[in-house]
Amino acid sequence: MTGFDTGSKSGVEDTGSELLQIAQENLWLPAELQLRDIEKLLGGMLSNSIDMGELYFQASRSEFWSLEDGIVRDAGFSSDRGVGVRAICGEKTGFAYADDLMLPALTQATQAAKSISRQGQDHAVCVLRSGSQVCRYGAADPISSLDETQKVELLKRVEQEARNLDSRVEEVTVRLSASHDTCLIVATDGTFAGDVRPLVRMDVSVIVVDKGRKERGSCGGGGRFGLDWFLEQERCLDFAREAVRIALINLEAVAAPAGSMPVVLGSGWPGVLLHEAVGHGLEGDFNRKGSSTFSGRIGEQVASSLCTVVDNGTMENRRGSLTVDDEGEATQSTTLIENGILKGYMFDKLNARLMGMHPTGNGRRESYAHLPMPRMTNTYMLAGESKREEIIASVKKGIYAVNFGGGQVDITSGQFVFSATEAYLIENGKVTAPVKGATLIGNGPEVMTRISMVGDDLKLDQGVGVCGKNGQSVPVGVGQPSLKIDELVVGGTAA
Amino acid sequence: MNEPAKNDSPMGDISADETRIRAQVEMILDTARKMGATAAEVSVGMDVGLSVTARMGELETVEFNQDRGFGITVYLDDCKGVASTSDVSREAVLDTVKAALNIARFTQPDSCNGLAAAELMASDIPELDLYHPWGISVEEASLKALACESEAMSQDKRISNSDGATVASQLSCLAYGNSHGFLGSSLSSRHSLSLAVIASEKRGMQKDYWYTVGRSAENLESELLVGREAARRVISRLGCRDFKAGTMPVLFSPQMAAGLVSSLLGALMGGALYRNISFLTDSLGTKVAHNTLSIVEYPRLPEAMGSAGFDSDGVATSSKAIINKGVVDSYILSAYSARRLAMQTTGNGGGVRNIRIEGESSDYSQLLNQMGTGVMVTQLMGQGVNAVTGDYSRGASGFWIENGEIAYPIENFTIASNLKNMFLGVEGIGNDVDLRGNICTGSLLIDEMMIATA
Repeated sequence: MTGFDTGSKSGVEDTGSELLQIAQENLWLPAELQLRDIEKLLGGMLSNSIDMGELYFQASRSEFWSLEDGIVRDAGFSSDRGVGVRAICGEKTGFAYADDLMLPALTQATQAAKSISRQGQDHAVCVLRSGSQVCRYGAADPISSLDETQKVELLKRVEQEARNLDSRVEEVTVRLSASHDTCLIVATDGTFAGDVRPLVRMDVSVIVVDKGRKERGSCGGGGRFGLDWFLEQERCLDFAREAVRIALINLEAVAAPAGSMPVVLGSGWPGVLLHEAVGHGLEGDFNRKGSSTFSGRIGEQVASSLCTVVDNGTMENRRGSLTVDDEGEATQSTTLIENGILKGYMFDKLNARLMGMHPTGNGRRESYAHLPMPRMTNTYMLAGESKREEIIASVKKGIYAVNFGGGQVDITSGQFVFSATEAYLIENGKVTAPVKGATLIGNGPEVMTRISMVGDDLKLDQGVGVCGKNGQSVPVGVGQPSLKIDELVVGGTAA
Repeated sequence: MNEPAKNDSPMGDISADETRIRAQVEMILDTARKMGATAAEVSVGMDVGLSVTARMGELETVEFNQDRGFGITVYLDDCKGVASTSDVSREAVLDTVKAALNIARFTQPDSCNGLAAAELMASDIPELDLYHPWGISVEEASLKALACESEAMSQDKRISNSDGATVASQLSCLAYGNSHGFLGSSLSSRHSLSLAVIASEKRGMQKDYWYTVGRSAENLESELLVGREAARRVISRLGCRDFKAGTMPVLFSPQMAAGLVSSLLGALMGGALYRNISFLTDSLGTKVAHNTLSIVEYPRLPEAMGSAGFDSDGVATSSKAIINKGVVDSYILSAYSARRLAMQTTGNGGGVRNIRIEGESSDYSQLLNQMGTGVMVTQLMGQGVNAVTGDYSRGASGFWIENGEIAYPIENFTIASNLKNMFLGVEGIGNDVDLRGNICTGSLLIDEMMIATA
């Protein structure tokens, strides 16, 4: 570990972190920013009786290619660069940003953020510390991991696979996207960290038509690696096959039932249940403010004793993973619920400090132009002991839901929904007819206590989750084993 | 501009930037032409804003935003490439145009690509009166937010907590130009005050909110009114009770009805139609809604939140009925989607602007009477709208209506049907129009939906 003072002129040469060096070269060098400039800005924030001043430098590049109706018609490239300056004084936050990294813009943004606090006299010195970091993914640029011709070929191959599978496939759209994001975080609390984050994603959507009935199926995946991942083991073709399979099943779907009944959820992506039913409600900001239905309930039973739920930002190459969060804190695996007992919340620095807790590496922001908040990374339930077949066999009449479109929660009342896009009836312990998509609704803590069986088949989603909060989107992961909820409201149309 | 900008405001006036932004569009178009684009279109934007939040009697957050950026679409004959950046330096312009051109070398030819026809470009763009800088200082904004929250908290002891009151003020300048020689620009402002409060009772907590928004600060509701309305709404959520589910009429509040109308309009958008992901493909001239219902677009209303003189293709906007007495009168098309459908653009590049519901409307109490017994929906959750089939299933909360009167609040239920049946089944339109958004409607009474509860 190396450190340096804001007053010194040395320091960057040996930070012990390759990420930090890449970040400095990418962000500071082109703007001719020197370490001493940053030191001065941070020192100036400390002199304003500010609890924490922070600069978040970011450069991001992204690209997409899309195929529709047999032609790669559309593709785009976008680049963005800027710095967000935050000043925290007690519970107050001042925030400003600039899309220009040159010093005058930086100084102006810092002045604006500082306006939250009163002008002080003392000139404080802050020591920046860069620590060693365990990288959760490679730093290589995924945009250049395939050349343009290869990207076009990849899209065409996926489309062809979907069309070859069934003559009822009428429309195929395939979208490939990649982004490369570099950030550098310095703060008056000594933080000096950098991260370089690749992210790729492929989405396949098909329309099938049969006897005048039209249905859609979609599938996708991705994570923090290069685009060549889609070629390995023909994963991209699996997405096409899965999209066609779901669409064809939906052609046969009957009206979903309406009312309260046992619901068996499949493994993997149905973990969106946890994201909505408990995840958001356990974010530190809501709990500090007392606005979550889980506020003040640490140590209480909030789920059935079969449930252990974690948020884990350290998983290798996962979409929701981070080497360091957007406040420069190393990510970790945080146990939220253990055997049904509420163990902890997810924190950013601000809310951790105000609640006398430690940050958990969950401080995230959509970009330099947004304020960080406590956010989830990869949130999932640990495996239980039941076999999926035995879970299904235990249900006389209910629903087996295996794919979902997404969900939403009101963290104050605890009411949450998630919408099934592939589901089946369970009749006398057997999976029977597919049913149309339906919204499932419940109250988070209530539903969690009704989980009566947990499978041994824990799986994470394939890497397509986007979480929205206060208008900010961040990539996340979810996962769970198959599980049974004794009673949940299914919003179908059949009486 | 009615009000002069005050000196202590961090964001007084950006009108002087308009000329510079227009010049940037021309410079970028010129660069694209010189680098070999056969056609190009460019938009350059700039936003500056202030957002101040107060919570539980204290100033909580002060945010200043300043965004710039441009996007370019280049064509190499029938091939297209798109690029955008937040960096407007000369070097970044070159890099970005180069990136767009590089993409256009690899995308495949699409004969529908290209600019809208030159003769469709907007001329005589009217002054739409969209730009009214507020010039509010951080201190004034903070006082306003504090007063708003305090008014709500003083209404009822059960209002125990707050998510905060936010005063926000944004100024924007947007310019669009293309290689036909079209160049248009507009200045606009958007000011708002919003508040979310939490009320508790024995069984738990409820949250509700209210907001006011306008192009001019003069048109905002007062902080006291916003505070009282947020308080009234959250208190009305207390005391939720169970009710008997089944098939029954559903009344959508004006705010929820706007979302419903938006789902219908989404199915009439060119992109959904040519991709065949709409439940309303080939619906032009057919009846898709109750014959009392008309949906009309007025894109050039002065001071309105959705107004624009030209669309994202530079095509002149114009008023039109989209649904006329239940029948589809017009799709919602851009230059590109129109070509895909072998039709003419409707001046809707970038979407719809200022949607109004027309038809015989009733008082809110008349609607409740007409409904008799059923549910009124004031909040909806989840994404359970299938654009391909029209199948609709969403989580909801609202009120139980009995004998034409609000009986008690209800929550934790779903409403389900199909959008086709729902719009054909619109039995009443309220005159309680919410004018704050881009889609403005009163309450909508749907004849029947399936309701499920625990």
